[in-house]
Amino acid sequence: MTALLEVRGLTRRFGGIHALRDVGLDVREGETHAVIGPNGAGKSTLFKLIGGQLAATAGTITYAGRRIDHLAPHRRARRGIAIAFQDAPVFHGMTVAENAMVGAHAVTSAGPLSAVLRLPRHRRDEQVIRTAAAHALRRVALHELADQSAESLPLGRQRALQVARALCGRPRLLLLDEPASGLRGPERTALAALIEDLRGEGMSILLVEHDVAFVARLADRVTVLDLGAVLATGTYQQIRSDPAVIAAYLGGHA
Amino acid sequence: MAALVQYLITGIGVGCAYALLGSGLVVIYRVTRVVNFAQGSFAVLAALTVTTLLAAGLPHGLAEVSAVLLAAAIGLLTGLVATGRPGTTPQSALIVTLGLGVFAYAVEILFWGDQPRSFPGLPGTVAGVQSHYLLIAAVTAVVLAATALLFARTDLGRALTATAEDPYAARAVGIDVRRMGLLAFVVGGALGGLAGVLITPVQQVTFDSDVALVVNGFSAAILGNLTRPGLTLAGGLLLGVVQALVGGYGSTSYQTEVALVLMLAVLIVRAGSTRAETA
Repeated sequence: MTALLEVRGLTRRFGGIHALRDVGLDVREGETHAVIGPNGAGKSTLFKLIGGQLAATAGTITYAGRRIDHLAPHRRARRGIAIAFQDAPVFHGMTVAENAMVGAHAVTSAGPLSAVLRLPRHRRDEQVIRTAAAHALRRVALHELADQSAESLPLGRQRALQVARALCGRPRLLLLDEPASGLRGPERTALAALIEDLRGEGMSILLVEHDVAFVARLADRVTVLDLGAVLATGTYQQIRSDPAVIAAYLGGHA
Repeated sequence: MAALVQYLITGIGVGCAYALLGSGLVVIYRVTRVVNFAQGSFAVLAALTVTTLLAAGLPHGLAEVSAVLLAAAIGLLTGLVATGRPGTTPQSALIVTLGLGVFAYAVEILFWGDQPRSFPGLPGTVAGVQSHYLLIAAVTAVVLAATALLFARTDLGRALTATAEDPYAARAVGIDVRRMGLLAFVVGGALGGLAGVLITPVQQVTFDSDVALVVNGFSAAILGNLTRPGLTLAGGLLLGVVQALVGGYGSTSYQTEVALVLMLAVLIVRAGSTRAETA
């Protein structure tokens, strides 16, 4: 099975402190891969490095066979890496529909100049975008709230909107940063069902999550981070019985 | 009565120019958080360019449109100089635009001298009103409506709005935030240039006319917190009309001062009422 995303030797130092040290990780085509670890393990740093919000001190990130570690965040997004949640909240001052439509920018426009040149036929483009957005909103059951302002939605619905916006960019790799945090039971279940659907359609998903039950349900494979380094990688069953993982998770309390 | 009507018309015409200039400030500020004090120079440079192009034999219309396009290009240049280096704060960029505005004086005096210049606008009158004022109002209405549509109804407009709301998240969803900022400067340049081109036939322009223009445009934009185009238009018209009335019934020496004091009063009253709402 080929890897869509390959992370090798990824290191990030803040001053003298290693937030991430020599991390290796693969996300295979069509796989849901979870990253777990205690607070401060480097999960968020890893996500920011993959999304481009932070630059790596050392190491490489290869996506679809090409290095992306020197690309700006928007260029990574254009290549099909979509981010939802903490690093990409919904846009305030815009409606639910407009938020979803912004997601299509990654695929419809090659740049502002071409966008200006396209203005004459923007009506047709606009129709395509509108249809894509409506479809994405229906998938997350937000189509009836399309004209509401995005910030008026409850947190769980905002998360769903972020997924819809990401889907409008037709991503190959979806990065989900703590999708379940702050969600109530039913919202959590709905989100898990949506992620399962996307996986079923062949989307590759990398998710960071605290909620172990959520990870156990969704992830094909799990990478455990601790103190910025990879402790173990494997199926949920494998890592659950890994002595190093048990020590890291229980060590603090023992 | 006839005088009052004339003052109102003059005021609306001048107010339209303030509104266009202020809208340029708003577009640039929203997308880049930079207050562009070179905004008045776009107007002056475009107006002076029209005088040269007309003298060179270019027909009306073509000369004005070329000058507005030039102003858009100067806007792009301003954006590149002020914000091109990654990590430049909006505050440093503001100082850079101020510097560019002063630099523009040197260029303007070099090419056009320091004497007031003007060029003829639309000749004739319609129902006793100078046609050029009607042209100013019509062009302003069309251009501001088109700008609003661009922002509300196009992919590009949504990308600009998203950048204005949250540049960090905009980058994450594939928007080239730096280019959006430069594009805002292009739009700002064109709107500023248009203001200068429209106003010069009824109000002579000199190299330092940018001060009055940018102060009034900025006041108009401040009424809308530098982010609301509709209030900017209202603010521009209000300033223009008050100035025309003060100039007509009082003295032209106090036009700007009275208008600015009025704007200050409006802001103070509004600040008071917002505080009451939030309390």
